[in-house]
Amino acid sequence: MKLAIQVNEGPYQHQASDSAYHFTKAALEKGHEVFRVFFYHDGVLNSTRLTTPPQDDRHIVNRWTELAEQHDLDLVVCVAAAQRRGIVDDGEAERNGKDATNIAPKFRISGLGQLVEAAIQSDRLVVFGD
Amino acid sequence: MSEVKNFMYLNRRAPYGTIYAWESLEVVLIGAAFDQKVSLMFVDDGVYQLVKGSDTSTSDMKNFMPTYRTLGDYGVRHMYVDQASLAARGLTADDLIQVEWEDWETEEEIDNIVEVVDADSVAKLMSESDVVFSF
Repeated sequence: MKLAIQVNEGPYQHQASDSAYHFTKAALEKGHEVFRVFFYHDGVLNSTRLTTPPQDDRHIVNRWTELAEQHDLDLVVCVAAAQRRGIVDDGEAERNGKDATNIAPKFRISGLGQLVEAAIQSDRLVVFGD
Repeated sequence: MSEVKNFMYLNRRAPYGTIYAWESLEVVLIGAAFDQKVSLMFVDDGVYQLVKGSDTSTSDMKNFMPTYRTLGDYGVRHMYVDQASLAARGLTADDLIQVEWEDWETEEEIDNIVEVVDADSVAKLMSESDVVFSF
């Protein structure tokens, strides 16, 4: 089955990102295709590489990056939601005159059309949120 | 992309207090470009999104109520409201805004695409949807 995943909540505050990660990992290991993981609302905060959890805790951001590296996952962060919440890549830094970037490897910032396209292209859209 | 799907945007939150309602609207507006069959469903505190006469002038929030009135121009064909959610909050259909819809090609007009539906219809409409965006 071809799946699209939507993550609507930030890391650590809420279970949504953990559940989405475990679901996505399990689906991939079962041989399903994940067309895209789309991060929206506070879910965009899952993509900052500046995240520094305590050493004995899971690293939610790095975990997504590693899963993407293993499975060539498409991790897309909504641009409008990212701009509001200070998630910045090279392109956004240049466009908006910011002095730094913070996007983690394997994540990319793009538009809401990517979510709609994923919903159209996939057999199921699975939403993780509050 | 020739395939047309039944999209449902499920709105469960009050319009202000959290950003869910506004960012849900942003998906609806962008999604219009994809020419899918689009309906919105309002349940729980989401019904407050359509209550008329909202005034944000003292809360420093942008009032996005006018955006709902334009949704007919963004390909939205139905805006369903859960009857039980309305009743639980002391609201009736009279408290809700009306949203007009017009097909520019056929000139077909509908005065109001906002429709109050019962729980069975909510479940049926949801199960008939190919995609449910939950906000």
